Amino acid sequence: MLRFIVRRVLLVLPVLFGLLVLTFILVRIVPNDPSAALAGQNATPQQIAEIRTKYGFDRPLIVQFLIYLRQVVQADLGTSIQSGRPVVQDILQRLPATLELTFAALVLGAGFGIPLGVLAAVRHNTVVDHALRFFTVGGVAIASFWFAIMLQLLFSMQFDVLPLRGRLGTAIDPPAKLTGLYLLDSLVTGRLDAFRDALRHLALPAVTLCLGAMATITRFTRSGVLETLQKEYVLYEIAAGYPRWLLIAVYVLRNSLVATITQIGLLFGALLAGAVVVESIYDWPGIGSYAITAIFSSDYKAILAVTLLVGVVYSMVNILVDLVHGLVDPRVAADF
Amino acid sequence: MLVPRKFARDASGMVGLVIVLTTAVVAVVAPRLAPHPLDAYESHPLQRLQAPSQAFPFGTDNLGRDVLSRVILGSRAALTVALLVVAGAMLIGVPLGLVGGYYRGWFSELIMRVTDVFLAVPQLILALALAQLLGPSLRNAMLALTLTYWPFFTRIVYAETRRIRVSVFVEALEGLNAGGFRIMFAHILLNAAPPIIVRATIGMGFTILSAAVLGFLGMGATPPDPEWGLAISESRQYLPEAWWFSTFPGIAIFLVVFGFNLLGDGLRDVVDPRLRRSR
Repeated sequence: MLRFIVRRVLLVLPVLFGLLVLTFILVRIVPNDPSAALAGQNATPQQIAEIRTKYGFDRPLIVQFLIYLRQVVQADLGTSIQSGRPVVQDILQRLPATLELTFAALVLGAGFGIPLGVLAAVRHNTVVDHALRFFTVGGVAIASFWFAIMLQLLFSMQFDVLPLRGRLGTAIDPPAKLTGLYLLDSLVTGRLDAFRDALRHLALPAVTLCLGAMATITRFTRSGVLETLQKEYVLYEIAAGYPRWLLIAVYVLRNSLVATITQIGLLFGALLAGAVVVESIYDWPGIGSYAITAIFSSDYKAILAVTLLVGVVYSMVNILVDLVHGLVDPRVAADF
Repeated sequence: MLVPRKFARDASGMVGLVIVLTTAVVAVVAPRLAPHPLDAYESHPLQRLQAPSQAFPFGTDNLGRDVLSRVILGSRAALTVALLVVAGAMLIGVPLGLVGGYYRGWFSELIMRVTDVFLAVPQLILALALAQLLGPSLRNAMLALTLTYWPFFTRIVYAETRRIRVSVFVEALEGLNAGGFRIMFAHILLNAAPPIIVRATIGMGFTILSAAVLGFLGMGATPPDPEWGLAISESRQYLPEAWWFSTFPGIAIFLVVFGFNLLGDGLRDVVDPRLRRSR
């Protein structure tokens, strides 16, 4: 098992290094000059040249890359051109908002997706199953930006029951910062007004983001349950006269959720990518909207940092998923 | 033929096929089908933001253009982008997967590690960054999507090639002194075709969605092109009054992507019995 863990972690290192190279190359073949962007529209050539020297844009690419590498190792990702603050600081400040959103979407997706998947499997090849199939295929076919706008149109503009954008109303003070997750912090500090407001603001973005996840989870739960239902021990349990609900809820579900858990891990990366679009529509102050602003303003240190962060998080989640998989099913670990 | 008959019995796969074929026909005859084909580029300030009516079933947009016509004309951009991007991604990804899976050695290792790197970043984020770096235009958006989608084909073809290259018929071909190039492209590729086709079908839907996101964020099609994502982005400032302006292009995106996904799903059930959903 230890060998499996070590090997799995070591395999990620070249990927992470490649990620650094890739993002660096990507951003350094920029057609629009970052120094010029930084200096502003009315800058003289001399000012641009000064900025170029100051930020090291004039050094050979390989030198710039080595400097960048050393900084990454020291967790120094440079200064954002937009905010003028260290990129790491920007990201740490915005990370909780994105985590809160993605977790909420994941909880919603699993909370509805798993029961729906079980339902589809139990009612296999009936109208319910076919209807759910259209739902799972359709859920990943909706453009999230359009869905977000439709939800805003309906719930914020037409009926005015939920806020249009943001994470908290202007009249409400944010709860004291413990984790940075508003829902958790406001509950712990007993700020029920903030909790209620944060929940209202979270509702539409979380629903938008969870749609694809819910569809995928439903689908994988369904096929997992169907597969388990074919196992001989289930046949035995049916023959032994176990109540159907007990059989499904306890014995079958537990054994069929392995594939779903793997999928939930993989979904995390998709959710982070989806957050980019969803956050920018709802003005959610997280990593996603930060990435969009950075991309638009050619803030290349910020772009590098976000891409790197997402890549690292995605790789880590994948390792975690493999480890869980290896723990549940020792054959996976033995294959390595 | 077993496969077509099996597919024909699959209702949702058939629905997908019908949607995809209809979209294709609509795209081909779009300029004749659209009631106001010139509204792709012409504007009529006097009739702007009119609600759906007999004359304009989907209403008019901020420049007085017929939304129905622009939705119909938009199918051309969507399908063109999807076809070109998926074809380009296959052109890059499939040979790399074949070579990476068939040969052992540092070159194969390099191919697969680079593929891993690309797969470690969500495709959309990479495409967004790339599209912005290349400069916003539909052509660059397609380039960005192609350059970020090929690894999905490489990974599938790699796995298939690894599986097929140890089979007896490949050994026999090697014994007959067939060249590696011929074995890979004439024999292994043929046997690996089903999963590639499934991936390509689902990839078409996925690409239409991604292209719409790029258009929506202003990194794809440029005005006045009748592109769906761009139209939704233009419509945002006229909400909630001009709801039709945002609603119909989004429904168009949904229907077409839905069709490709249903079709891909149905094809997968037919070609890959292991993943069959209705046991």
